Amino acid sequence: MAPILSIRDLRKTYDDGFQALKGVTLDIEHGEILALLGPNGAGKTTLISTICGITTPSGGTVTVDGNDIVTDFRAARALIGLVPQEVALEPFEKVLNTVRFSRGLFGRPRDDARIESILRKLSLWDKRNSATKALSGGMKRRVLIAKALAHDPRILFLDEPTAGVDVELRKDMWNIVAELKADGVTIILTTHYIEEAEAIADRIGVITNGELLLVEDKDTLMARLGKKRIEVQLAEPVDAVPTALAAHDLTLANGGDTLVYTYDIHGERTGITQLLNDVAGAGLTLRDVETRQSSLEDIFVDLVQEERA
Amino acid sequence: MNWTAIAAIYRFEMARFFRTLLQSFLSPVLSTSLYFVVFGAAIGSRIDQVEGISYGAFIVPGLVMLAVITQSISNGSFGIYFPKFIGTIYELLSAPINFLEIVLGYVGAAATKALFIGVVILLTSTLFVDLSIAHPLAMVAFLVLTCISFALLGFIIGIWAGNFEQLQLVPLLIVTPLVFLGGSFYSILMLPPIWQKITLLNPVVYLISGFRWSFFGTADLPVGYSLLAIAAFTCLCLGVIWWIFRTGWRIRS
Ligand SMILES: Nc1ncnc2c1ncn2[C@@H]1O[C@H](COP(=O)(O)OP(=O)(O)O)[C@@H](O)[C@H]1O
Ligand SMILES: [Mg+2]
Repeated sequence: MAPILSIRDLRKTYDDGFQALKGVTLDIEHGEILALLGPNGAGKTTLISTICGITTPSGGTVTVDGNDIVTDFRAARALIGLVPQEVALEPFEKVLNTVRFSRGLFGRPRDDARIESILRKLSLWDKRNSATKALSGGMKRRVLIAKALAHDPRILFLDEPTAGVDVELRKDMWNIVAELKADGVTIILTTHYIEEAEAIADRIGVITNGELLLVEDKDTLMARLGKKRIEVQLAEPVDAVPTALAAHDLTLANGGDTLVYTYDIHGERTGITQLLNDVAGAGLTLRDVETRQSSLEDIFVDLVQEERA
Repeated sequence: MNWTAIAAIYRFEMARFFRTLLQSFLSPVLSTSLYFVVFGAAIGSRIDQVEGISYGAFIVPGLVMLAVITQSISNGSFGIYFPKFIGTIYELLSAPINFLEIVLGYVGAAATKALFIGVVILLTSTLFVDLSIAHPLAMVAFLVLTCISFALLGFIIGIWAGNFEQLQLVPLLIVTPLVFLGGSFYSILMLPPIWQKITLLNPVVYLISGFRWSFFGTADLPVGYSLLAIAAFTCLCLGVIWWIFRTGWRIRS
């Protein structure tokens, strides 16, 4: 089946000359969940805004189920629902009316049963007659999702749905995403939490500085990202990794007084016990052992270097 | 045309109006009554008649225009400025609608509210003066056209404004003086000749004159000029809005 969303060499230069997207190419398949992972300022929101019509592209094309977002914008946008990064709601209006408004705005006839089922699914039905300003932050975000779903879109964009949200709500949000996927909605979400991408996505795209570095199946990428390092500090520096430890694929650091071992946290066996036994067996004295998991920034740096190499 | 979307915008905007119906209703009634007390009673006792019409009745068309013009502008500008300000404009920009549909929804609602208030003022004024309307159809047409054209102007101001001060600026510095100097409370024939000439540069003069003609059958200026003026003004606003639509000025980066 042809991809539901097809992005080709998409570029965006803002009026001040800043190039926020430097040629993004990406296909998204029907029914998948794609997480766009990237630090602040990477261009995630710009990418979503450009696809949804909030900013105009400076170059490249996007088609939604075959409809160009510029020339066939009506057909393209009718298929898309957007939950923006910042919560923005008409403060004095009732939940029910704002959601109804969204459906009408997208040209769909009024359908109270449909709106009810959306509100129920998002646990908003009890709040339907509350003014939106009276809701908690998490509830407001749900209203935004309900508004985005009100016209039955085939694609849903969630821009940092869990930023600044507590752990419980984050889990809730993940469940909502899973249910939407079960309904056949294609979901593209942005996040800067690796764990979030890992928890809900089928595929993960990594974006930084306006460039999509890579897009991979979650499992493949997590294997690459899920590395942890052990730094073994020695009492006496060594010139080279002792041959007795060759099997562990170690590198030397800090002028020879640190052995660095990398392992996969998802692996069945980490090999740590064996390593420490062998270090002792080689007659080396340990001063300290430290484990480190790469931060997202480290991982981005690694990925950038790998891609450039 | 996405009529469902236009109706959705229109209804949503009108809902805001109905939420504050009492305020929307009370303040024009109150201010009109005050105008009648101040201008009608105080000045009217000195100026008996203007162009053969009692002064109290003479100022009614001007009062209605004054209210309708200010209300159209403030409703039209606030209606589109508010979504920009609170961020809900993202939804308008991402919806399968074009700019014309957005304009129809917002301007239609703004004009309706202003029309409502214009009618309320007209009804209030009948409590103070005897009023007969010589050309009712023309009166309604003038009223509706004024509501629409100034709601369009308001829409432009709302798109242009970057903050609440700017939103107030144009009405305060330009529109209110033009309306007050446009003959709401006097006939321009009462002015010295040189001011009569200068006043003709004020577009509002034509509106009020034409509107007054629809009530009393007489006016300072030929009614054709008035129609021409309001048509030209509406076209100008539509032209600017069309340009905004083409360029995405101040709405779509
Ligand atoms: N309207 C704008 N004008 C100029 N620069 C912008 C604008 N919006 C965003 N940017 C810049 O574009 C870059 C990408 O921003 P954004 O897409 O919001 O990133 P992300 O969502 O990944 O945090 C940032 O450097 C930001 O400062
Ligand atoms: Mg963002």
